[in-house]
Amino acid sequence: MSDLTTQGHDSHAGDGHGHEVAPARPGYSPVADIPHSPRATDTDPRMARRAERQVAAMFVLSMLFVVLFVVAYVAIDKTTIVYIPVMGEVNFSQVALGFTLGAAVFLIGAGAIQWAKKLMPDVEVVQERHDMASPKDDTNLAAANYERGKEESGFARYTIIRRTLIGALALFPIPLIIMLKDLWVPGPLEQGKSPAQILSTTLWRKGSRIVSDGTYLPVKATDLPVGGLISAVPEDLREVEEIEGNLNARGKAAIILVRMQPDQIRSQQGEGWDYQGILAYSKICTHVGCPIALYEQRTHHLLCPCHQSTFDLADAGNVIFGPAARNMPQLPIGVDEEGFLIAMSDFEQPIGPSFWERA
Amino acid sequence: MTTTSPIEKVGGGAANYVDQRLGSNKFLGRNLGKVFPDHWSFMLGEIALYSFVVVLLTGVFLTLFYKPSSLEVIYDGSYVPLKGIKMTEAYASSLDLSFDIRGGLLLRQMHHWAALIFVGAIAVHMFRVFFTGAFRKPREFNWIIGVALTTLALGAGFSGYSLPDDLLSGTGLQIARGIMQAIPVVGTWMAFLLFGGEFPGTDFISRLYSVHILLIPGLILALVTVHLMMVWTQKHTQFPGPGRTNDNVVGYPLMPVYMAKAGGFFFIVFGIIALIGGLVTINPIWLFGPFTPDQVSAGSQPDWYIGWLDGALRMMPNIETTTFGYTISWNVLIPAAIIPGIIFTALALYPFLEAWVTGDKREHNLLDRPRNAPTRTGIGVMAITFYSLLWIGGANDIIAITFDLSINSIIWALRILIIVLPPISFVVTRRICLGLQRRDRDKLLHGYESGRILRLPNGEFIEVHQPLNYKEMAVITSKTDVAVMPAPVKTDADGVANKLYLVDKLRHRLSSFFYGENIPLPSAAEIEAGQHHAEHDAAAEAPLAAYEDRDELFNAHGGVLHHPGMPMTNMEQVEQGPAGTSH
Repeated sequence: MSDLTTQGHDSHAGDGHGHEVAPARPGYSPVADIPHSPRATDTDPRMARRAERQVAAMFVLSMLFVVLFVVAYVAIDKTTIVYIPVMGEVNFSQVALGFTLGAAVFLIGAGAIQWAKKLMPDVEVVQERHDMASPKDDTNLAAANYERGKEESGFARYTIIRRTLIGALALFPIPLIIMLKDLWVPGPLEQGKSPAQILSTTLWRKGSRIVSDGTYLPVKATDLPVGGLISAVPEDLREVEEIEGNLNARGKAAIILVRMQPDQIRSQQGEGWDYQGILAYSKICTHVGCPIALYEQRTHHLLCPCHQSTFDLADAGNVIFGPAARNMPQLPIGVDEEGFLIAMSDFEQPIGPSFWERA
Repeated sequence: MTTTSPIEKVGGGAANYVDQRLGSNKFLGRNLGKVFPDHWSFMLGEIALYSFVVVLLTGVFLTLFYKPSSLEVIYDGSYVPLKGIKMTEAYASSLDLSFDIRGGLLLRQMHHWAALIFVGAIAVHMFRVFFTGAFRKPREFNWIIGVALTTLALGAGFSGYSLPDDLLSGTGLQIARGIMQAIPVVGTWMAFLLFGGEFPGTDFISRLYSVHILLIPGLILALVTVHLMMVWTQKHTQFPGPGRTNDNVVGYPLMPVYMAKAGGFFFIVFGIIALIGGLVTINPIWLFGPFTPDQVSAGSQPDWYIGWLDGALRMMPNIETTTFGYTISWNVLIPAAIIPGIIFTALALYPFLEAWVTGDKREHNLLDRPRNAPTRTGIGVMAITFYSLLWIGGANDIIAITFDLSINSIIWALRILIIVLPPISFVVTRRICLGLQRRDRDKLLHGYESGRILRLPNGEFIEVHQPLNYKEMAVITSKTDVAVMPAPVKTDADGVANKLYLVDKLRHRLSSFFYGENIPLPSAAEIEAGQHHAEHDAAAEAPLAAYEDRDELFNAHGGVLHHPGMPMTNMEQVEQGPAGTSH
């Protein structure tokens, strides 16, 4: 180890004399024509001492900031809000911890780099490269060893061993793959159904009452003025969510109700699927499944905030712009004896993004 | 011999202790003095590495507090607006990290910022490697590892972004699920298996968690290690300069300069990330609320590195086909799977394609200047243009609001530009490179223009050219000449038909395209003649130099004869000749 330290001292000795006397060290060759001019710290001992003090000062400051970090951690309440110009109202603990930690760590780095730039040698040295390719002898030795191994194992001769080994190796990952099947265990309502079938049905069926999302109160036609919009779900959604313990049903059954003058409706996906100008459309975009909520009352356009697919709700929910390829599925609605809005059936097409099995 | 300090004694003892068991001193002896070349752009990879270390450190802390569970709980933490709201444990624990664990928000934000910087540094590092040709033999493997690391970094970012289970991250997952379902044949099943059924289900958060904290970081760590070991074994490439050749490394030794610089830089990167994490808010999940599949906020934006994919999704025309009762959503498949697939495959294969086209089998340790490989540089700029347009597409709604434009016209403009602009940028870049090569040749032949106009005694005006300094000379002459692949013949002199005639012809054409227009460096004789010319200029200007010496004398006496930087004054002075000094 003492050799290494000596080397370090040698390089200091060679430092500051310009490139023509680059230190001679094993493995290096001098660089005759690499430009170098000595730094102030090389020629002026006072500058060198100053740099030394700067580096040490940064390390001391770093330690100080660690102390401040601990103080901030202990002393500042986690809910204290302070006003800092430019940043506005901020959590004091967060800012204090971030600043002290950042400063403490940054100063270690700044000190080390100042040390390297001002006090360590800045004379470039040269090392030779060698071809990556192995010497011929090594290559021959490798080939000979391979040949010997092939001979001794008889891998080339025992055809049947070779083939059965390949077969066994090919089959052994199968159990590992098979066990992935139960990543999906069908729920109580999904028994015996394929993914495509599950994606194609929702909670809506003939007679499902339409309740407003959030309050779960049934909706009457008079609740919705012309130009209005309501987010709605089927009345049994809450129970199903309790049973299933997830939000899957909501992800498919969410709809929006919009009302327009009946003569403004140019077309629908089915004859008489509206109720007095009230139309029900799925809320899930047919592109990649974002929930849609941006409705422009005047044009009856529905815009997806994710990728800007635009649907015309006055014209059977057709796509008028953007990457979605299918129209927004419409839910046929009517009213029950008490005058509450109900679904007349499930959606006639799967809602949401397309999938392979969907015709 | 200097005296040995106690620390050195202990250190030496420890080194010997390890050496007797592992033979490590042999390694240390060879490598403590290992030379690394210096250039600011070599720090880009370092930034990526160090921000990854910060991601790991902060990530370990986060795992101690975060709960990857979809179990529904009622929030009862310090953040008042969400008190009493039903949410998943994942979201509730993310809120606790942000409000109830001291320094928790700092760690969360450091983790997020470091991840953004990680991906950004990788991208810029990759540009550097590409444009300087650092991927050429013998470094092709390391380029492929780099491409793999890039994809893993994107995966790491996306999987992490989706864990807090806030409304925004859930929307990202919803989109990912929609994309998965668009994959032909297996997509629907794949989505059901990964999510454990329909969206959102209750399994995915914990599954994503193990991918995010174990699988991906494990792979990244392994590949980063190999990446660095290869750099170590192959020695770092260097930029051309005086004394630098293809067969040497010019720079500073590992011990002490690089240890101090690289080690110090780690702390700088760490410190800056901590400062940003402490002072700049990122992903304020408490504002978005818990995830539910039927709500979304307008202006949803992914992290910057996913923006290009989102843009591709937005720009794609709405094509979908149904054949034999099966649906293919080209509108999703092309932008989200096929285009990224092509991009990453082309990236990985590029070193081999270029080597095949140019027929260049030499080892390259001296970096190319981008201008000296005009076609490669053009391809790179073309790819960046393509990427940037996709990225702009990802922000079309923000642009529309900011500049009061119609979203439809932005999308249409982008659809056209993405076809028109990349080829234009390729041609322009290539031309600029060739122009710069001509300028280099000019500089070698005639020296550089000094900006000083000289009138000779015979009345002729010349601009004084000065010989290049040897540093610039070394840089310019570093250009390696690459011969174009020869045009193949159908049948050789012995009448044997060339079976690969068409392939050879293609290679000939491609290689002519690649390097055929390169401006060759002037011969040594030409350069010498040019230097003579510059010397001649200098000789013509010599009387002026003598005059300038006199100028100092005049200044000392309060006289002003000419203003530096104003060539006209020089001219006048020359015109007046030495006699003018006698005013």
